[in-house]
Amino acid sequence: MHSEATARPKTAAPRAVARHVERSYPLWFYIPGGLVYVVLFIVPTLLSFYFAFTRWTLFDSTFVGFDNFIQFFAEPGLIGSLKNTLVYGVVTSASKVVLGMLLAVLLSGPIIARGYLRSVTFFPVLVSAVGVGLTFQVLLDPFNGVVNQVWTAITGADGPGWLTNPDLALLSVAAIDVWKGVGLATLIYIAGIAAIPNEYFEAARVDGAGAWQQFRSIILPLSFPATSTVILLSLIGGLRSFDLIWSTTQGGPGFSSDVIASVIYKQYQAGFYGLSTAGNVILFLVVTAIVYPLSRWLNSKETSL
Amino acid sequence: MSHHPIRRAAVIAVASVSALALGACSAGSLVNPTESSSAGKTTLTILMDSSTQTTTQGKAIADGFNASQDEIEVKIETRPEGTDGDNVVKTRLATGEMTDLFQYNSGSLMQALDPATNMVSLTDQDFIANLDESFVTSVTADEQVYGVPFGQLMAGGIYYNKKVYADLGLSVPKTWDEFMANNAKIKEAGIDPVIQTYGDTWTSQLFVLADFHNVLSEQPDWAEKYTANQAKYVDEPAIKGFERLQDVYDAGYLNKDFASAKLTQGLQQLVDGTGAQYPSLTFTITSYLELADDAAENIGFFAQPGDDAATNGLTSWSPAALYIPSTTTGDKLDAAKKFLAWVATPEACDALTAAMDPTGPYAVKGCALPDGLPAAVTDMQAYYDNGNVSPALEFLSAVKGPNLEKITVEVGSGITTAADGAARYDEDVKKQAQQLGLEGW
Repeated sequence: MHSEATARPKTAAPRAVARHVERSYPLWFYIPGGLVYVVLFIVPTLLSFYFAFTRWTLFDSTFVGFDNFIQFFAEPGLIGSLKNTLVYGVVTSASKVVLGMLLAVLLSGPIIARGYLRSVTFFPVLVSAVGVGLTFQVLLDPFNGVVNQVWTAITGADGPGWLTNPDLALLSVAAIDVWKGVGLATLIYIAGIAAIPNEYFEAARVDGAGAWQQFRSIILPLSFPATSTVILLSLIGGLRSFDLIWSTTQGGPGFSSDVIASVIYKQYQAGFYGLSTAGNVILFLVVTAIVYPLSRWLNSKETSL
Repeated sequence: MSHHPIRRAAVIAVASVSALALGACSAGSLVNPTESSSAGKTTLTILMDSSTQTTTQGKAIADGFNASQDEIEVKIETRPEGTDGDNVVKTRLATGEMTDLFQYNSGSLMQALDPATNMVSLTDQDFIANLDESFVTSVTADEQVYGVPFGQLMAGGIYYNKKVYADLGLSVPKTWDEFMANNAKIKEAGIDPVIQTYGDTWTSQLFVLADFHNVLSEQPDWAEKYTANQAKYVDEPAIKGFERLQDVYDAGYLNKDFASAKLTQGLQQLVDGTGAQYPSLTFTITSYLELADDAAENIGFFAQPGDDAATNGLTSWSPAALYIPSTTTGDKLDAAKKFLAWVATPEACDALTAAMDPTGPYAVKGCALPDGLPAAVTDMQAYYDNGNVSPALEFLSAVKGPNLEKITVEVGSGITTAADGAARYDEDVKKQAQQLGLEGW
């Protein structure tokens, strides 16, 4: 969630403010914070870049060059998991954008029990991913789960194995992720829509614009900062998603819902610490390679609005 | 804004950062208190996994030892089970924060702990002579013995419902063909012939792991060749285990909910007789005893059938062991050795038996099993008595790939074929061998 700042439109800070900050906070004031940052962030990051090149058993490590990376890319599951990661990231992020926007428009309008409905939408965000995973594992059980019992009551046939069918498992988990995360997207959109000055709507109404035209020409373009925030946040979340996948399918059945993060975790579990560190470096590079250009592009679109 | 409050804030910030750093240094002493009680007793702490079975047995053994003398007091500390627990053990060994003694698997998992650096060798202790030879092999690395058995031997094979067998007039199969013929009759009677529970993925490995006796009887040096990268799962005879897993799926012999069912559900189907046979490890015997009144007598056990009735036999697992980490020294080390010497006596076995019905033979010489044990234990005992037993692969080779259970789920639910699964497992194994620095990989 640390990327929130990068997603915001860059407003050039007035020089006066910058000078004021400099004056009231001398350089040494930053030392404690900087120390914490170096010890807890920079040092482990550099160390992990080193250990990615070793075969490491926690007891000792031998330098093996690029072997871990070669091994990681030779891993039969890796290409599959890379594909799954992209599918998962894109599907969850796109659904959150669309659903979040729809819900936000709905919840910004004059409807009954608006506050209550907003809370209901936001509630799943607050629940732990592991709790959500275990709950859905029970709900989606192919024979005893509520979902398939309803399915059987309606159609008379056995329902699909949501989490046990290799073709469905990943998409089922993505759907759970969307259910859990759409509240945050909605919240961001509600804030984005609330920030649009009322004059635009008044002007549009005077000109005779209908609800659709107002949505199309005012809400959609003017909530673009919110859209880019939601896209970036949910894409980063989706690409490095782990807890929900682990608590629902553990990457299974077989390897069909493995993502990079779960493959990394499995290497760690197996005691291949060097290999799993190399996996983390790869994940870091993949996320950066996708998110950085995307964020640059979204920001450039924003400033041209 | 004057500079004064800022300076004060900075001082506080620096102070709290250094407090944080100091805290980090001293955290270890909280985890591993070096305590000796005022009565001059030496206190020993054992780290064990938190399963009910382990803690019950651990408590029995600690209480039994504490009652037998009054110089040493043994206490139990628990850690999570499974791979999370493995990492706790590895981390604590690596950072020198291990308790005075710890319980951990024997065989390939012990080898991964680098025993030569992290554990105290027990080779020169007299009590090693009291231990079962096959167990001693499973805790030996570079000719040094490191562990004392904790718990009982277990076996991998197939549970069966005796009532179903009797009703259909079936007899215990000795070959795979007989097994499949039995399955056809069971299926005809409207009962699921083979129970599988891929909701607990580890249970999917049994057809492959329990087949190892059959591999060894066909090729006695298979394990050495495998360790040296000269034998593979894709080739005969080892691929048979994967093929058997695929056979029962292809023939439609599995329970309907095999993909999501968990161990307890599988055991329930077995004792209810809605499923006839369930491949498993015998430590689960204690889990089904409470599921039905007649479970103890009604559930039998047989070794996984192979190609040849003459060589039919059991694949056996050594129990977990108690080890002393190399960080235990001085008085504590002497006390720990005294404790282990006691654990390797029939007295300790009796304490374990009193706490919980044993699910297999003890690996300590002179330990007797009581009468009236569940039928499956008696069935299993017969194989040991006849000497028709081979150790599981993990006790003959340090090489075991971490993804076997995922691969067997794929093969066992028709996602992939036996040949592809076996090939994938051979790939998986390579990493472990390289990690251990074995020759020829």
